[in-house]
Amino acid sequence: MPEMLSVKNLKIEATSYPPGEPPKVVTLVEGVSFTVQKGKVLGLIGESGAGKSTIGLSALAYGRGGVRITGGEVLLDGKDILTLDKNGIRSIRGARVCYVAQSAAAAFNPAHRLGDQVIEASLRHGIMSREEAKKRALYLFRVLGLPNPETFGERYPHQVSGGQLQRAMTAMALCPNPELIVFDEPTTALDVTTQIDVLAAIKHAIEETHTAALYITHDLAVVAQISDDIMVLRHGKTVEYGSTKQIIEAPREDYTRALVSVRQTKRDEAADQTGAQLKIEHISAGYANGFKVLHDVSMHLPKGQTLAIVGESGSGKSTLARVITGLLPPSEGRITFEGKELPPALKGRSNDELRRIQMIYQMADTAMNPRQTVREIVGRPLSFYFGLHGQKKTERVNELLDQIEMGTRFLDRYPAELSGGQKQRVAIARALAAKPELILCDEPTSALDPLVAEGILNLLLKLQEETAVSYVFITHDIAIVRAIADSVAVMHRGRLVRFGPKSKVLSPPFDDYTDLLLKSVPEMEIGWLERVLKTRRMESAGN
Amino acid sequence: MNLRSIPFSAWIGIAGIAIAIFCALFAPMIAPFGERDVVGDVWLPPGGDFLLGTDNLGRDLLSRLIYGARTTIFVALAATVLSFSLGMLLSFTAAVVGGFTDQLFSRFNDLMMAIPTLIFALVVLAVLPQHLWILILVMAVLDSTRVFRIGRAVALDVAVMEFVEAARLRGEGSLWIIFREILPNTLSPLLAEFGLRFAFSILFLSTLSFLGLGIQPPAADWGGMVKDNKDGIIFGISAALVPGAAIATLAICVNLVVDWLMKRTSSLKGGRGDA
Repeated sequence: MPEMLSVKNLKIEATSYPPGEPPKVVTLVEGVSFTVQKGKVLGLIGESGAGKSTIGLSALAYGRGGVRITGGEVLLDGKDILTLDKNGIRSIRGARVCYVAQSAAAAFNPAHRLGDQVIEASLRHGIMSREEAKKRALYLFRVLGLPNPETFGERYPHQVSGGQLQRAMTAMALCPNPELIVFDEPTTALDVTTQIDVLAAIKHAIEETHTAALYITHDLAVVAQISDDIMVLRHGKTVEYGSTKQIIEAPREDYTRALVSVRQTKRDEAADQTGAQLKIEHISAGYANGFKVLHDVSMHLPKGQTLAIVGESGSGKSTLARVITGLLPPSEGRITFEGKELPPALKGRSNDELRRIQMIYQMADTAMNPRQTVREIVGRPLSFYFGLHGQKKTERVNELLDQIEMGTRFLDRYPAELSGGQKQRVAIARALAAKPELILCDEPTSALDPLVAEGILNLLLKLQEETAVSYVFITHDIAIVRAIADSVAVMHRGRLVRFGPKSKVLSPPFDDYTDLLLKSVPEMEIGWLERVLKTRRMESAGN
Repeated sequence: MNLRSIPFSAWIGIAGIAIAIFCALFAPMIAPFGERDVVGDVWLPPGGDFLLGTDNLGRDLLSRLIYGARTTIFVALAATVLSFSLGMLLSFTAAVVGGFTDQLFSRFNDLMMAIPTLIFALVVLAVLPQHLWILILVMAVLDSTRVFRIGRAVALDVAVMEFVEAARLRGEGSLWIIFREILPNTLSPLLAEFGLRFAFSILFLSTLSFLGLGIQPPAADWGGMVKDNKDGIIFGISAALVPGAAIATLAICVNLVVDWLMKRTSSLKGGRGDA
């Protein structure tokens, strides 16, 4: 097998400009070497900041703003592309090496038709005539399972769904018949039920066209389905490099082992689920333009337990959280908390009612005022609800920081000076400061790396044991449900599909949607994708 | 914050503003002649007794420039500060409260902006008695419509962020949300606007003076001085350029300082980027 891409001893540096300090040179990637053969896929995996995207882009001899490739070789078909001049590199990019970005919605120009954008690179490079390019695009649309391939190219980006857009982008990359494609987290922004279709389409297209590919992701279960080899990266260095089989089944390094076993925590559900601290009865809600989002949803949650609400984007699960908090008064139905009916609108609720229900957001970045320090963020609920100030307030803030396993040295930091996981911990401390009885968690871990997310989940479980707080946990991730929930509600298109104790909801007989959802969650197992696809019809048209 | 981190350009701006304020404060002590004294021939060239020459009535230009700094800076600064206070308070209230209040404020603002500023000012100033504070007030109210627009736009951006929602969920009142959650996050664009508006205030004051409704003669102000001496330009006399240059220099100095402040507030501890 000829080596399509061979990277040797790659070193990538960037200059950072910390405010008030002299510029610093930071090494992003060091000593990374790998090879990809024709028709093979190499998976690059690691948490954010591991340098995986940077390495992927180096295959196009490209560095994002301020990033420089300072050492090593990138051999494409035996020739070092780092030594090429601007024109030489231009003749490679988009022709011999193509790139598929994470957010297809942001990567397409909304003013042009998809078809024209898909064939643009091939025409620009003079690889084929317009007719040939159109024919190839049509062929690729078919291979990728896009609906109505003949007319698909006539559409504009906003007229197709996210999953279709991601496949169109794959078609765009495949169109000039490149020798190498770099996939940069192509399915991360998609729902699980859509992700599986896109994954299958990409895998099929790679097999059909015999191109080599780099597949970048942070989800080991996904990469296990699609790649032949895997390289695990951390802090810009190679942790482990081997065949997919070896990495998944016999990891050698501790870090890899942690990644492989990350989603396997499971918790037994509470035996007694009869009480109801929070009771949601026949809630319907919609927005001012008359668009109804929730239809007759009922569920309940016993004190000190966790209710997981599962569904893909658009299922109305976040809207339900807004209804519970009072941000969106329901059009029908009522919510009872601790035996008392909650006023539907935020304005009608007393401060004590507000205090008892707190919220944790998905993006801790935007959930905290960037101009307040940790001390102010955590301290505000203390002075607002309990009138604490001075020494007493500081003591309580310190106590809370201890509870979330962060020290007092973080007191005077701003959110931007914290890592993603630390930010989410501070957000949890802010919720805890109010001594709540119920915390609404709106996907608090989905923006985090798997190991960090696991830390947050464990923290939440620990806090539940200590303070007997109840959680409503909104998520799209079944693994998280298995890890923390007592009861589960499955939502689809604004309706409650299934509700009950976890053991009952997650075991057969299933309804159609729950079945589809459960089967779409990637498992850390080679051959899972093929196995599932056999039992499941392609839902391409819908996604 | 330490003095070393202030860039050179900001020092220039600070120095320029300091000189202008110094002139304004101690005008009677440093001016070589009186504000209204005719001391020589008409339009004498610079040099000799008169460092910058004399104006169209034979008054010393340097002295008038120093006295003019008083009125010009005071009126422009007061009008800008007032218009910002007014515009920001109303626009933030509109953005935070929303609904009917927002509609009421915004539509009234549109109404105000629909009338050409200058004509509006002329009519109002012609009707009202000629006091300095009325002049300031009229300038501030007219300028606040512009501040309202930009203030509402930036506040709306911040008002939909989750930390504002979190504050609402906590039960915080509108005042806390406006002053503690939104204001610190909108300072950068508003500071930039402040520098620009201040420069415009000086120009607007000059325009009004030019039309005879601003600062009344014989009191000196920079815009009025340009007007007094404009006819000299035809004869190749540069007297009008001197107060003009003073206006330009002050505007640049203010903007140099504002640029630095803006960079400081936006890069500081995870601001929202160079907005």
